[in-house]
Amino acid sequence: MIRLEKRPQPSRAFAVAAPLLAVLATMIFGGLLFAVLGKDPVQSIITIFWEPLFGEFAFYYRPQLLIKGAPLVLIAIGLALGFKAGIWNIGAEGQYIMGAICGAGAGLAFYPTESVFIFPLMILAGAFGGWAWAMIPAVLKVKFGTNEILVSLMLVYVADNLLASMSLGLLKNPEGFGFPGSRNLQQYASAHNSELIANSGMHLGVVTALIAVIFAYVLLARHRLGFAIRVTGEAPRAARFGGINSSRLILFCLGLSGALAGLAGMFEVSGPSGQISIEFPAGYGFTAIIVAFLGRLHPVGILLAGLLMALTYIGGDIAQSQLQLPAAAIQVFQGMLLFFLLAIDLLTNYRLRLTSGDAVKGAV
Amino acid sequence: MSSSLLSLNGLTKAYPGVVANDDVSLEIGRGEIHALLGENGAGKSTLVKMIYGLVKPDSGAMTFNDTAFAPPDPRTARTSGVGMVFQHFSLFDALSVAENIALGMENAPKMGQLAARITEVSDAYGLPLAPDRIVGDLSAGERQRVEIIRCLLQDPKLLIMDEPTSVLTPQEVAILFETLNKLRSEGTAILYISHKLEEIRTLCDNATVLRLGKVVGTCVPAETSAKEMAEMMVGTALKTPQRTAGTPGNVVLELTGLSVPPASAFGMPLRDVSLTLSEGEILGIGGVAGNGQDELLAALSGETRVRAGMVHYLGSDIAGLGPNERRTLGLLTAPEERLGHAAAPDMSLTENAMLTGATREGLQNRGFLNWGKAKGFAERIIEAFDVRTPGPANAARSLSGGNLQKFVIGREVMQRPNILVVNQPTWGVDASAAAAIRQALLDLAEGGAALIVISQDLDELMEISDRFAALNEGRLTRPEPAAVLTVEAIGLMMGGAHGMEVAHV
Repeated sequence: MIRLEKRPQPSRAFAVAAPLLAVLATMIFGGLLFAVLGKDPVQSIITIFWEPLFGEFAFYYRPQLLIKGAPLVLIAIGLALGFKAGIWNIGAEGQYIMGAICGAGAGLAFYPTESVFIFPLMILAGAFGGWAWAMIPAVLKVKFGTNEILVSLMLVYVADNLLASMSLGLLKNPEGFGFPGSRNLQQYASAHNSELIANSGMHLGVVTALIAVIFAYVLLARHRLGFAIRVTGEAPRAARFGGINSSRLILFCLGLSGALAGLAGMFEVSGPSGQISIEFPAGYGFTAIIVAFLGRLHPVGILLAGLLMALTYIGGDIAQSQLQLPAAAIQVFQGMLLFFLLAIDLLTNYRLRLTSGDAVKGAV
Repeated sequence: MSSSLLSLNGLTKAYPGVVANDDVSLEIGRGEIHALLGENGAGKSTLVKMIYGLVKPDSGAMTFNDTAFAPPDPRTARTSGVGMVFQHFSLFDALSVAENIALGMENAPKMGQLAARITEVSDAYGLPLAPDRIVGDLSAGERQRVEIIRCLLQDPKLLIMDEPTSVLTPQEVAILFETLNKLRSEGTAILYISHKLEEIRTLCDNATVLRLGKVVGTCVPAETSAKEMAEMMVGTALKTPQRTAGTPGNVVLELTGLSVPPASAFGMPLRDVSLTLSEGEILGIGGVAGNGQDELLAALSGETRVRAGMVHYLGSDIAGLGPNERRTLGLLTAPEERLGHAAAPDMSLTENAMLTGATREGLQNRGFLNWGKAKGFAERIIEAFDVRTPGPANAARSLSGGNLQKFVIGREVMQRPNILVVNQPTWGVDASAAAAIRQALLDLAEGGAALIVISQDLDELMEISDRFAALNEGRLTRPEPAAVLTVEAIGLMMGGAHGMEVAHV
């Protein structure tokens, strides 16, 4: 019989190996799933993981990796800081949408004026939009002890409807022949988040995501605020004893994750997506939760996990079009990744121990 | 039929990395009160867990009542006639006494019948207890009676008691001893675990001493001095802390009418606590656990905010200051709960040194943390307080309780406090380490610091305190000079027998 036994110290080796093992297990069981669906499992896995990087059309897919990875990393970094402190912002998707609405709105307010100040203003507006949306659950939690998980999640649906109303009303393109959706910011030079190097996928959002990774790394490793976050997550009572103000920490963590999600939304709407429309949300805010955990809530891990997740998105798209894999199968595949990670994660703090049948009889 | 009720022959139990019991043998006769002595980690718990069926021995054999005995689980042990009263009670606060007892029984009778049985047993053994009272309202002594009666209802032939007096006032101890003596006279054997040697000398017929998992000696406690027994436990001669009495200086801390509402439904409020504390003085605060000790520490550390004017430091009101602001002033604290309160279990000792040492030890600079310095600080604590650990990178939870306690106390003592408040400083610490901690506290006071030592260990408080007060139901008695207090007076300060006359057996 197998028994779980708590390790005296968390295993460092397993903390590092768990994501790799999870990816491996996902490949195996995902392959089985694809096989059951009547597809060649090896071919499917190669299509998802190999094609986007080294296949025939890699020149097109590689930039996509950055474009899809950047918002995931940016959002996941903010979420991870909160998660580490036990503050569960599940509504990054809503904050992402609000960042996009506020960012795009700030830019479109000046249309068609051209100025170098417009884009910085949009960045601020985007960050503010996400921050303000996240402050709703934060303030409610601090003042009335509401559950931030529920409030932040509910606000996603509010943001969704607000987005629809904006696409059909206030921000609707007056020259859009009645179609829902705003003007295309790609065609408004001052408000366009253009690629810094042509065809590289490298836009300002990617740079911001990298800065966020470094910022979060330094914060957690070297700054007392990062220390406060970690202690609060590990032992809330010890944190209070250490003089950490939990209300302030809640406001900070939710605010920062909201602002980063808002930034991600703003860079997306002004760049790759181009316009506010009902189809704008792509689920980055939810996928970022998986990215945060897949990256072990560690900034560098999140960077790698974000790229991996982007890869499965792109590879999944290719698999859909080339192998006619259903979209749902790809989502199951991505879900498996988190599932296996959490399962294997157990072994960081516990070890398996084989016990003799005799002792087991004694324990029943 | 032999004279012994339980005999253990060569019991051995090894855990990864440590042999908890190594070839342990002992005999307990019918109607004998047998003491099991030893420091923390000596293997007492493992041994009684084997008898109670919680742990299976690797080798060795037991006979109970002249038949081979190897209980696979506690239920079998109970049906064979072994009862156990644990140090930590497993009771539900929101249920009544009778309901709690029914929950622990195999075939619980109807509530009415059970209540009658409870009253019958409690009368017979001088353990007053009303079956319909809610456990959350009971004192620690009364809760223990619930556990004892739960065992007695099963008519045990052997009763195991783990540190039963650590939560009792002296008067309650007297009631308990009457009960145990009555049980003995009826032929029930008792295996009594304690480290309070004077108690063992008055109560027990025989004693077995364990050290590092081995039996190192047996003795008749009535004929052996407490010092001899202590030295058997520790294995070396014990050093008693030395104190040179000084004259107290200026008043540094003043509490006036400190009142704090309870934090939860069964929490304890602080009611109108007043005291003054002077430089170079140690104020000992005794009392049974759960009478406001944690709450008092939290109010002093700044974890709970209190109303303006209730706490003065050197004449200025510090009621509004948080933990770190108080640390900056030199008011340091060490809470009772080591894992999760005084230290974060999964964080390294370096990080735990940072937790309270950041400001006073200069471990941070404009918000940025200096981990090199923190590591140095942790290393100095480990060195000065003889903390047994491979190094400061180890997680707090990997340390044994006593070692972590040394680290937690050391961390505060090394920060040169002006006022230090400690709650249960030597709880779960072996005798020699406890002596070292007490010496460190005395040295601090000698250097001019003012100390409040909250403890359940009266011997400890008498040894180091200048003045003594007791917490009872969230109220603090008037501090009295410790030198002139008698045990009876202290017991009354602690609330006597919680409203009951001493046993009517």
